[in-house]
Amino acid sequence: MQNAFLVLAVFMLVLTLLVKPVGLYMAPICKGSAPILFKSFDKKLMRLLGLENCSQTWSEYAGSLVCFNILGLIVLYLMQRFQAYLPLNPEGLGAVDSYTAFNTAISFVTNTNWQSYGGESTMGYFVQMAGLALQNFLSAATGIAVAFVLMRSLVAKQQVLLGNFFSDVVRISLYILLPLAFAYAIFLVSQGCIQNFSSYIDASTLSGVQQTIPMGPVASQEAIKMLGTNGGGFFNANSAHPFENPTDLSNFSQCLAIFVISAALCYTFGVIVNDSRQGWTIYIAMAIIFVTCASLMIVFESAQSPYLLDAGAAPDFYNTEGKEARFPLGQSALFSTVTTSASCGAVNNMHDSLNPLSGMLTMLLMQIGEVVFGGVGSGFYGIFIFIFLAVFISSLMIGRTPEYLGKKLTPAQMKLIAIAVLCTPFLVLAATAIACLFDFNLDSLNNTAAHGFSEYLYAFSSAANNNGSAFAGLNANTPFFNIATGLCMFFGRFIVIICILGCAGAIAKQKIIPSSSGTLPTFGLFFSFLIAGTVILIGALTFLPALALGPVVEHIEVFFN
Amino acid sequence: MSKKHKALNFADKDILKDALKESFRKLNIKVQLQNQVMFIVYLGSIFTSVLSVMSLFGAYEENFFFVFSISLILWFTVLFANFAEAIAEGRAKAQANSLKDLKKTTDAFKVVAGEDLSLGDKVKTEKIDSDLLQVNDLVLVKAGEIIPCDGEIIIGMASVNESAITGESAPVIRGAGCDFNSVTGGTTLLSDFLIIRANCEKGKSFIDKMINMVESASRRKTPNEIALTILLLSLTIVFIMVTAAMLPFSEFAVKFNENGHIVSYSVLIALLVCLIPTTIGGLLSAIGVAGMGRLLNANVIAKSGRAVEAAGDVDVLLLDKTGTITYGNRQASEFYPDIGVSKTDLARSALLASLVDDTPEGRSIVTLANKMGIHEELNNDFTFIPFSAQTKMSGVNIKGRQIRKGSPETMTKYLETLDVFVSKAMMRTVNEVASHGSTPLLVVDDNKLMGIVELKDIVKAGIKEQFAKLRVMGIKTVMITGDNPLTAAAIAAEAGVDDFLAEATPESKLNTIVKYQKEGHLVAMTGDGTNDAPALAQADVAVAMNSGTQAAKESSNMVDLDSSPTKLIDIVHIGKQMLITRGSLTTFSIANDVAKYFAIIPAAFATTYPELNVLNVMGLASPSSALLSAVIFNALIIIALIPLALRGVTYKPMSAKTLLIKNICIYGLGGIITPFIGIKLIDMLISIIL
Repeated sequence: MQNAFLVLAVFMLVLTLLVKPVGLYMAPICKGSAPILFKSFDKKLMRLLGLENCSQTWSEYAGSLVCFNILGLIVLYLMQRFQAYLPLNPEGLGAVDSYTAFNTAISFVTNTNWQSYGGESTMGYFVQMAGLALQNFLSAATGIAVAFVLMRSLVAKQQVLLGNFFSDVVRISLYILLPLAFAYAIFLVSQGCIQNFSSYIDASTLSGVQQTIPMGPVASQEAIKMLGTNGGGFFNANSAHPFENPTDLSNFSQCLAIFVISAALCYTFGVIVNDSRQGWTIYIAMAIIFVTCASLMIVFESAQSPYLLDAGAAPDFYNTEGKEARFPLGQSALFSTVTTSASCGAVNNMHDSLNPLSGMLTMLLMQIGEVVFGGVGSGFYGIFIFIFLAVFISSLMIGRTPEYLGKKLTPAQMKLIAIAVLCTPFLVLAATAIACLFDFNLDSLNNTAAHGFSEYLYAFSSAANNNGSAFAGLNANTPFFNIATGLCMFFGRFIVIICILGCAGAIAKQKIIPSSSGTLPTFGLFFSFLIAGTVILIGALTFLPALALGPVVEHIEVFFN
Repeated sequence: MSKKHKALNFADKDILKDALKESFRKLNIKVQLQNQVMFIVYLGSIFTSVLSVMSLFGAYEENFFFVFSISLILWFTVLFANFAEAIAEGRAKAQANSLKDLKKTTDAFKVVAGEDLSLGDKVKTEKIDSDLLQVNDLVLVKAGEIIPCDGEIIIGMASVNESAITGESAPVIRGAGCDFNSVTGGTTLLSDFLIIRANCEKGKSFIDKMINMVESASRRKTPNEIALTILLLSLTIVFIMVTAAMLPFSEFAVKFNENGHIVSYSVLIALLVCLIPTTIGGLLSAIGVAGMGRLLNANVIAKSGRAVEAAGDVDVLLLDKTGTITYGNRQASEFYPDIGVSKTDLARSALLASLVDDTPEGRSIVTLANKMGIHEELNNDFTFIPFSAQTKMSGVNIKGRQIRKGSPETMTKYLETLDVFVSKAMMRTVNEVASHGSTPLLVVDDNKLMGIVELKDIVKAGIKEQFAKLRVMGIKTVMITGDNPLTAAAIAAEAGVDDFLAEATPESKLNTIVKYQKEGHLVAMTGDGTNDAPALAQADVAVAMNSGTQAAKESSNMVDLDSSPTKLIDIVHIGKQMLITRGSLTTFSIANDVAKYFAIIPAAFATTYPELNVLNVMGLASPSSALLSAVIFNALIIIALIPLALRGVTYKPMSAKTLLIKNICIYGLGGIITPFIGIKLIDMLISIIL
């Protein structure tokens, strides 16, 4: 357990060191230009694309964003359906079934990467690279673009124009995601990730069993899967697969890669508002929740499951069920917490096999809206919903009408914040309730009673909050789950984005009120705790009854009986 | 704050009785629909009432007594919220009514119709209330009286102290046929007499408007109230979702465990009512009304709730120098004798010249001389020469000895007629005194210039500390004065204001406000003159003096019946207090939910998952007593917090951060802990009774 905490400590240290350089690098892109290295290239490119001086209002921006994403969705759907006619398909994989294709298309466009299919047995190389991996880039860029718009709106003085969606996406993809992914892919190859277009290899194992070993351009996809908090594995086993995640170092670096952009966006924010304390405050608020959850995860997971003990497992060992034997407790617990804190959803162990309370942590981290670092961009704009709520109430408590960075929170913004905060809990609770009502869903469950309920709850928490990881016990490749999770992913992503953009539009129009000693200080450790407290309180109050009926009951049953 | 009228008691019998009646009258569905959070409770009460009737006749399978108790408590919850609103309204109304009697009026001496105006101040007049003056009425005003209305001078020339309006402490000359022939109500005549034709009618009562405002039905919600309602509504919707989802969740659990039964409707409704923010929902409008009530208590009438809210946000206060920062009258502070004259001699001459002069300046010279231990008395053989607009000097003749005092300009001319010239050294002193922001007064005894008396605007005691407190609260103070920049700077430095506007004109006041607003500040100001009207209309919080003109009152959003310029500070205080009360009770209400979950979740699923009793950390006796205790606590907390809602959370000026930490600890942590104790106590009582 000590080693596990050491891993966590080193992880936080390295992450904190990375925040400033990466954050600084991204700042000029948020301001609507390019990093120095790409400046002249950017000028020519924007002229070529005709994207000079065509800043959009929030509604035009939202319109472009939604249309662009829906177009991506249609293209990805068609690619899967017509896979058989596409190149780079050495295994000759056929058309993907329409429900699965619908679900997968939404899943990758919304940065969820919920996978109701097994990668190696469903998708050819072309679909993986030109379809799925492309969306890995674009969905990540979309998230970051929305975060940038929010940042710009907070420093805008009575403006209606917030930047151009297409130039944002192009710049984010070309200057942030592509270079980072390229460098990271090379590193992964150095660790042993494969990168080829070969046919699957037939091999006979030491025990003489014939085995087909899938191949593919893994490293390139793996890099963006982590950096873009997408999480869709090339293989079904995801990051537990040795070709995706070969070594301890690759595992550790993958955890870092998931967090790095989301965490650095906090610093970028500090640069944009010209007050780095504001950015660090948000970073620390996220870090408080993350470190607490990761520590609890290590503690919960260090207890061996009573079921395994009954089966004769050594009592002095951690919960080994569903874990990749290559990775020690620290590396597994860290990965599980990171992947659910951020909306990544890649896994290196099976969350279905986590001890009940650890499973509850992973669910809670998703249910609070993926705001603990969260998805790239989406975590940043997501936590702002809670920051606005915290600011609203605490401003009143000091006798001011609510304001954040000199921007008043008026009914116009509060309406949108209310919709955003209601959206995902509604989707999760309503979809889980509907799943409970239909008995045909029981066939999908591996378990019954409380754990079965947790499997439903996890699935919809993951989908609506665009995480994409799964309690592996659930077979989600049924028409009901493909459609239900598909709709959850779509609305969970775009309703929140539209609310945030609308909110940014309303904020940008306002003037900036100078701060004084009477205004609420929105920086410092106290405010970090206040944000973290708001996130946890709202999340806990919304999901406590559901969690009580799932993991809490299960924990009592497993550990107290 | 004024304590002139009887402070209203929370437990005033009549108010309580009316409020009780009113709480039942407010059960009308139209009234309930205005408060969406409480409307959910209202629907819950109706629904559980129907369930309890059904269970009595066996149409619904649940213990009749339990369902009936729940429905009863829910009805009480609704009534308690109604009561809170009714009592706040009752108190505010009572306060408004008591103010009606208090409204200050000045006496006006109306010239009897048909009088010959050439009689001057000997015309026949009748004494009437200034409020009863009509346009074109003629009014006689004598020295020392307050001019009762705005008007135009028909006859006479006199010096008028307009410091209440212009901020300039030196008197101005107003006269018929001059460029300046209009006078403003509320200013004081210092010398001579005037006959004025009233050109503006005094007011219709704002109090009637105010009484309308405290009735929540006609009270428009302020922007912040609307935003808070949106937040409360979204929390309500979250909890409706949470409770609604529990039905299928529970069904699923029962199906697999094959024991227990699905959570009942009455339990779900009880849970819902406990979780939605009823505490703040029930008290929100009471807090708003009580805020207006507290203003009334300070003798301030607000014309909109919005202005009260804005007062909490104000970060620039424009304060009139006169009356707010200084006493408004120049007072003698020092004697500067001429070469060859002793200080005592100068003081003695000045004292003699002022003994019968009852202007504030004259009296202050007497006080200063007495302080130096110099006492003089006049025997009967003297003539007092009062200040007049023509001579512009005053003094006394004692047996041919002529002592005069006056401004340097007047006195230099006077000395020239006596062939006496002011020395260069004396002129330097004159300039020096003026550069301090004070007024020099030359004293001449017979043919000899004795020296200079320094008349100084005296800064009010304790005002500097007030401004320091405001600075801690993040509020900037700006002094407005008609004085020259030199004088203004000297006083500004002495009083510790952050900024000043010298030689203020209506235009420059307006421009100052616009400038601050452009920088994003919220500006508050007080005013009373007609020429203040544009600035008052521009300011975010504008307080008109009741002694001021109708135009000033029309363009402001509050009226101060006491006409006290320092009232602005009280108003900011009340505005902040109202917002703090709102925020604190919201936090308290949400924090309460944690304990309620611990009471209700184990109880609701007791039959399906008895092991959830681990969560029953309070050790509540039984599932039904746990549910009842939670609902009872939820109802009682509304009653318990009514006094706080009416009184407002205690607020002392401190930095935002300290205040936030303090309030989060009290209402956030307190809100988590209190219900654990409260529910446990109620549960103990219930288990004794049952």
